Amino acid sequence: MWEALRKHTVAIPVPRLEGRRSSFLSQAMAVAAKDLRAELRTKEVASGTFVFALLVLVIFNFAFDLRAGDNRTLAGPGILWVSITLGAMMGLSHVFGKEREQGSIEGLLLCPVDRSAIYVGKFAAALVLTAAVELAILPLFALFTDLSVLLPPLLLTVVLGTIGFVAVGTLFSAMAVHARTRELMLPLLVLPVAIPIIVAAIEGTRVGFEGKPWADMLPWLTILTAFDAVFLVLCPWLFQYVMEEMGS
Amino acid sequence: MTGSLESTQPAPATTAAPTDVSGNGAWDVEVRGLRKSFGSVPVLRGLNLRIAAGQRAVIVGPNGSGKTTLLKILATLLRPSAGAARVAGFDIRSQTSEVRRNIGLLCHQTYLYGELTCQENLLFYARMYGVVDPPQRSRAMLRLVGLEGQTDTLARSLSRGMQQRLALARAIIHEPLVLLLDEPDTGLDQRWADVLRDLVAERAAQGGTTLLTTHNLERSLDLADRVAVLNGGRIVFSARRDDLDVGSFKEAYSRHTGAAA
Amino acid sequence: MKGLLPTTLEPLGRGHRLLGAAALALILAALVAVFVQAPTEKHLGDVQRIFYFHVACAWTAFLSFFLVFVSSLAYLRTRRAAWDMLAVSAAEIGVVFTSIALLTGSIWAKHAWGTWWEWEPRLTTTLLLWLIYVAYLMLRSAIPEASRRATFSAVFGIVGFVDVPIVFMSIRWWRSIHPAVVSGRGMDLDVAMYPAFFLSLVAFSLVFVSLLTLRTALERSRQQLEEMKRRAIFDLGGEVSHG
Repeated sequence: MWEALRKHTVAIPVPRLEGRRSSFLSQAMAVAAKDLRAELRTKEVASGTFVFALLVLVIFNFAFDLRAGDNRTLAGPGILWVSITLGAMMGLSHVFGKEREQGSIEGLLLCPVDRSAIYVGKFAAALVLTAAVELAILPLFALFTDLSVLLPPLLLTVVLGTIGFVAVGTLFSAMAVHARTRELMLPLLVLPVAIPIIVAAIEGTRVGFEGKPWADMLPWLTILTAFDAVFLVLCPWLFQYVMEEMGS
Repeated sequence: MTGSLESTQPAPATTAAPTDVSGNGAWDVEVRGLRKSFGSVPVLRGLNLRIAAGQRAVIVGPNGSGKTTLLKILATLLRPSAGAARVAGFDIRSQTSEVRRNIGLLCHQTYLYGELTCQENLLFYARMYGVVDPPQRSRAMLRLVGLEGQTDTLARSLSRGMQQRLALARAIIHEPLVLLLDEPDTGLDQRWADVLRDLVAERAAQGGTTLLTTHNLERSLDLADRVAVLNGGRIVFSARRDDLDVGSFKEAYSRHTGAAA
Repeated sequence: MKGLLPTTLEPLGRGHRLLGAAALALILAALVAVFVQAPTEKHLGDVQRIFYFHVACAWTAFLSFFLVFVSSLAYLRTRRAAWDMLAVSAAEIGVVFTSIALLTGSIWAKHAWGTWWEWEPRLTTTLLLWLIYVAYLMLRSAIPEASRRATFSAVFGIVGFVDVPIVFMSIRWWRSIHPAVVSGRGMDLDVAMYPAFFLSLVAFSLVFVSLLTLRTALERSRQQLEEMKRRAIFDLGGEVSHG
């Protein structure tokens, strides 16, 4: 096997001065693809997140009787979003948790890649994973409460809310992996900051359940859109500073 | 410097005038007055170093002398506290992207992803480095390090030796001008050492520069065109390999570090 | 303000003592204004007087978190440790003032609305402000390496501050959907109340600045001590964690 090398029949890579750039997008996609591929192979993060969210849902059923009429629209939205939020939080801690465990963060730092591209890739992968979990949780919620979840207001809040939540969560996940109280730190950082999303998502969902007109959605859509717009710009920029502190 | 330059015709490995592929003048690695302190603990104390293009340089030194720190600074993984360095003609502080494009680093950590296969690992890094035709290059690298039989094996199932080989493939997948190796021979067998020597020699023949750190004095003479001793954060001794034999090198080492070789 | 920050380990000099004295004097003046000079509010009586301190504290808290924001940006820009020291000092003092604001707000609520707590926009936002900056302090205490700690808290400080307006708006709108049983009426300020009001504001601001300079000096000393300890361990041949 080493004979090939000794006889030089396999071309040793020719050292060359490299001037070509790799595109931002292809690097971001490479990062996202890597994360998703690794997750698809083990499925451990997605399944753990799903089961946790499900547990929260079930526990809430003992707190409130979700079948009794008024309770469903009063407590329902809150319960749905608490379970999604807590579940997503568990999953988000692995966005950088796994890299840190394997010591591969420096491998990323070594590459000639714009640090924001790493953020975009990680964000995209986390978004897909969280969306997958939500797709699994929503039907179960519908089952437990006998409420339809195929409502445009609800789906819209899920999309916008998840984007904002994952945006902030990806950034904070990178920081939290270095904290001594690792598992505690991420929720501690994300939850206070994500309050607007949680409030707007719950109320927007309620508008859907109560069949109110679209005009009632306006304040909540505004909040969600504003949050997403601000943090989709701010987080990648701040991430560059965080990434530089990530080595060993 | 932009655009790829064709390499010169492969010349027999020689310690005469090194091939200058980079076209940056003679030096691929230039370090001046490099200092690094962690907090107020100094590790590098004004290090000066120059490595010509196409040269094989080996640095030996006792534990804690700063070998890994030096390599990590050159690889832009650490910021120096003071001083300047240029790698492949680019400044490590202000032109980090260009530096990263032109170096490969192999150190104790493999930077491999356990749940991905060998091929997938190399594909990932190939894409990150902007390699043309990543699948073809990944396959070629796997053949080069003798892992084509493990193409679809998960990286975490590989033995330590195989992981090192995969990591080496990862380090050179983008054909870096400068290759940095941090104690690549630690705890590995003679066969691996021979392969390394051949690889480094072949690279040098094609104009690539290699900087290697090691504990092992004998092996360093095997691999190098130039050797240097790093102690207390500074280069305390440096010589051409041709001017030394094992005995005189060991003597110089003890003299400058106060330690047995 | 930067000129007031000491650059050595010397005990605080004249400037600081003057500042402290001035702050003390103004606090005393404010106390007089609030308890003696200001007229008694016709609906709530004497308890209303806590309002002056409540607003002054809330204002000071907001000022300190704005300072955290500015220092965080400056730190990321310049990487000078002085900005990090300023940030943590402002955050700590801010948390203290926010706590006082919450307490006084609660007392106010009890007497104005009959309940110790009300989920109305300003109180709730104040509570969230408290949570965000407590998280800031907890983040700091969980990261041992100095440069990483400074960078990460700067990032969080920026995110937190940018978030506050969005938080406020979301709670405002949430409140209008779920109106309180008792509504939070605004305060109409009589002209006669102006002296007490503004005097409290200025007095608390001065106390804030005074505390800030003390705390920043303390932070500088603390970080220098950390460095000395690490150096001592290293010189003795011990293990040093490189951060």
